[in-house]
Amino acid sequence: MALITGKKCGDEEMGALGLETEVAEARTTFDSGKTKGFEWRKSQLEALLRLLQEKEEDMLKVLKEDLGKHRVEAYRDEVGALTKSVDNALLNLKKWMAPEKVSLPLVAVPTVAEIVPEPLGVVLVMSSWNFPIGLSLEPMIGAIAAGNAAILKPSELAPATSEFLAVEVPKYLDCEAIKVIQGGPQVAEQLLDLKWDKIFFTGSAQVGRIVMTAAAKHLTPVTLELGGKCPAIFDSLKSSRDQRMAVGRVAGAKWGSCLGQACIGIDYLLVTDEYAPTLIELLKGVIKEFFSNSEHLARIVNKHHFQRLCNLLQDESVAASLVHGGSVNAEELFIEPTILLNPPLDKEIMTEEIFGPLLPIITLKKIEDSIEFLRARPKPLVIYAFTHDEKFKQRIVDDTSSGCVMFNDTLIQYLCDTIPFGGVGQSGFGQYHGKFSFDNFSNRKPVGRRNFLIEFSFRYPPWNEKKLQLLRHIYRFDYIGFVLCFLGLKR
Amino acid sequence: MEGKTSNEVFNREKAEATVKELRQSFRAGKTKTYEWRAAQLEGIARLIKEKESEITQALRSDLAKPEMESYLHEISLAKSACLFALKNLKKWMKPEKVPAAITTFPSSAQIVSEPLGVVLVISAWNYPFLLSIDPVIGAIVAGNAVVLKPSEIAPATSELFAKILPEYVDSSCIKVVEGGVPETTALLEQKWDKIFYTGNGKVGRIVMAAAAKNLTPVSLELGGKSPVLVDSDVNLKVAVKRIAVGKWGCNNGQACIAPDYIITTKSFAPQLVEALKVTLERFYGKNPLESADLSRIVNLNHFKHLTDMLDEENVSDKIVCGGQTDEKQLKIAPTLLLDVPHDSLIMKNEIFGPLLPIVTVDKLEDSFEIINSKSKPLAAYIFTKNKKLEQEFLSNVSAGGILVNDVALHLANLYLPFGGVGESGIGAYHGKFSFDAFSHKKAVLSRGFAGEAGARYPPYTPEKQWILKGLINGSIVALFLALFKRF
Repeated sequence: MALITGKKCGDEEMGALGLETEVAEARTTFDSGKTKGFEWRKSQLEALLRLLQEKEEDMLKVLKEDLGKHRVEAYRDEVGALTKSVDNALLNLKKWMAPEKVSLPLVAVPTVAEIVPEPLGVVLVMSSWNFPIGLSLEPMIGAIAAGNAAILKPSELAPATSEFLAVEVPKYLDCEAIKVIQGGPQVAEQLLDLKWDKIFFTGSAQVGRIVMTAAAKHLTPVTLELGGKCPAIFDSLKSSRDQRMAVGRVAGAKWGSCLGQACIGIDYLLVTDEYAPTLIELLKGVIKEFFSNSEHLARIVNKHHFQRLCNLLQDESVAASLVHGGSVNAEELFIEPTILLNPPLDKEIMTEEIFGPLLPIITLKKIEDSIEFLRARPKPLVIYAFTHDEKFKQRIVDDTSSGCVMFNDTLIQYLCDTIPFGGVGQSGFGQYHGKFSFDNFSNRKPVGRRNFLIEFSFRYPPWNEKKLQLLRHIYRFDYIGFVLCFLGLKR
Repeated sequence: MEGKTSNEVFNREKAEATVKELRQSFRAGKTKTYEWRAAQLEGIARLIKEKESEITQALRSDLAKPEMESYLHEISLAKSACLFALKNLKKWMKPEKVPAAITTFPSSAQIVSEPLGVVLVISAWNYPFLLSIDPVIGAIVAGNAVVLKPSEIAPATSELFAKILPEYVDSSCIKVVEGGVPETTALLEQKWDKIFYTGNGKVGRIVMAAAAKNLTPVSLELGGKSPVLVDSDVNLKVAVKRIAVGKWGCNNGQACIAPDYIITTKSFAPQLVEALKVTLERFYGKNPLESADLSRIVNLNHFKHLTDMLDEENVSDKIVCGGQTDEKQLKIAPTLLLDVPHDSLIMKNEIFGPLLPIVTVDKLEDSFEIINSKSKPLAAYIFTKNKKLEQEFLSNVSAGGILVNDVALHLANLYLPFGGVGESGIGAYHGKFSFDAFSHKKAVLSRGFAGEAGARYPPYTPEKQWILKGLINGSIVALFLALFKRF
């Protein structure tokens, strides 16, 4: 039975048919041209900013409820990041909307040209449960800035957040064009059956395939922000200060962000046999320093994922590789920061994305072997590497493929508006953040203009050799040859 | 060589083996170097130069394409794509430095273009040379290994590719697979890093659904009904010539960006029709079926598709010029129709032929409703001197590309992205857009250990939250505190 509990501006409950009506209303609104103007887009972004400011406490509360996130983590990763993005969009909106003049060679036709961005129309954003506010609203910022009407379907696995969005978004944003529709897989299926001008999906590869297959029926372009096993290569760093800092960043990325349930979180570490013991000791120290109080850590989202993670540890050979942590609390849905040393590579913990607080450390003879290790595996969303070796850095960039490469830090690429955020291969396709968000939801339409003044008769039939010759010269930008030929002075 | 030139059928096993070989070549790093890419492009440039007459002949065999059109629309465009790519290759391959945000200070950022890997290019029959080689050039310039599957509906060109391409390029990384539906299906079952398809929406859906199984990104260059709005204030003689050459001078209307139908005012239509008639006679003579300057219809199937449109009730009596057909030669004369019913086949489906319906309205502003009632086309054209109307057209009509006061030319401009929107397609190419279409833009962010914001880490305190707030919002004070405050 489909669970649809979105609220319209008038606070009415939606039925199954109501879903199609809602989307149809968004389309009518878009067709009316309302969402295209600069003023409308600006007003929506400003409203979003107000929502982030006025409802900050409520947001931090629902994130605590759904995922046990500490308020500072929730602010840092979601609310704060969104605020930055909306500010950035407001600052740049006019510039992004402006047509881009295109330079043309003299003989090129048309004589004047520009690329004009226009909205795609009515777009669908499907977000994930681990950063349920961030991953819902960040794409929405792009959709709105680009002038679209947009429907958001938040993840039902973060129910408090989903309800929050369904209730609050219509209070701040134009509910004729921006809508939140709640629900689970059935609602998602119903939505995917409809015709969209774009679908933006964040989630697992398995559902990503379903989304793209559904989109194919209508030739709807999609962006898929998926996941993968994001590795962190840990080279030997000279100073102990650097080492300590690096380990802090690793710990922050593994456990400090949604307890490891992050697409750009560190999945596993690659380090030399020699260095592994030191690294483990350093990690233990940092875990104690940062996470002694489990209140500063998030929780596993639900029983299903909790069980899944526990099962990863069940295998004998995996359990034997445990070197720190491992205790679980089913009632709290909490698993403490756990480190494993060289679990077998063919076990699920090393073949599937972990998405939890278990950190396998895989050791290699020499650190350069990490490149071959990575090349043999699916392309992840990000490859992290802690190293000072410039040559090694270049090899990592040249010889591996991933959505992003981050040296000597973790997670902050998410905050950088000037670089594209997205995957490649199994980790997805399409990019966003900053102007990339705006472009993601736009059609960049080339517009060429000609006048009636200059006219080349040799463009037209009936054809003859002379016309062919003239055109040969033109196409080679051989102006002199052209003129001579035109004047009959050249064959 | 694979496909119909060998005795074996190109089936799943062969497709698998082909992809495996290409993947090995790609992993070995062959296709990544500047030298390799430049060598392939130079090979293609030589191919175009040395085999120009063979190409022209294949096009004549497949489509009875006039030599001028073969030169203008296929050979020269392929050549300029090649030379443009060679000229800019080094620049495009360079990483792009971008400013890093204050939030991530201190850091350096760049965007590195890398090849996607092993890609599949499926091309169309109407510009069988150009629409094969152009995307392949894009794939090569971005450093990929590529399989080209030319259209079987243009068999002479397909065979030409299979025969000569291996002579000019590295066939361990660039392959041609000939064939029809079974061979294409076998190819689509494989895992590609990108699929680039040019053709129609029906097959486009099949391609995208197949790609979805492997999460493979796609570019779909499709079609639609490209409208031409004609205002009465234009230089009619010039406008009509441009429309005519854009329609019938482009493979006799069998082009994705050829004008599909005209919209003009009721009062202006008679003048427009007269002017078109005069121009058509000037271009193609009194017996257009005998003109050597017109392509034929590609095959019987498409011929029937067009004659069905003409023969429909309430349509056949709207012909105001032309209408002659020759089934044996697969020729149809340039044909004008005036005010056919809106629900006729010719107004519902993409024509892709030499029939040009003219729709009349009371005032031109009424045309936007007609245009927008159909799916978004690949191109939309307007002939007018009225700046206000032009601006309204631009704002109200969504299409892959818009051209004012001319037709089809934007495809020749390598600085403009060429691609569709909605039903007319996904993705764009030409020039640098081709390079981008076959690349992954990898963000590379580099930090050091100089600055450390202790505020990032637990145990969390209200003070840390305050600093983070400021830091994220780009406050210099917060940055200062973040860097220097010890926790």
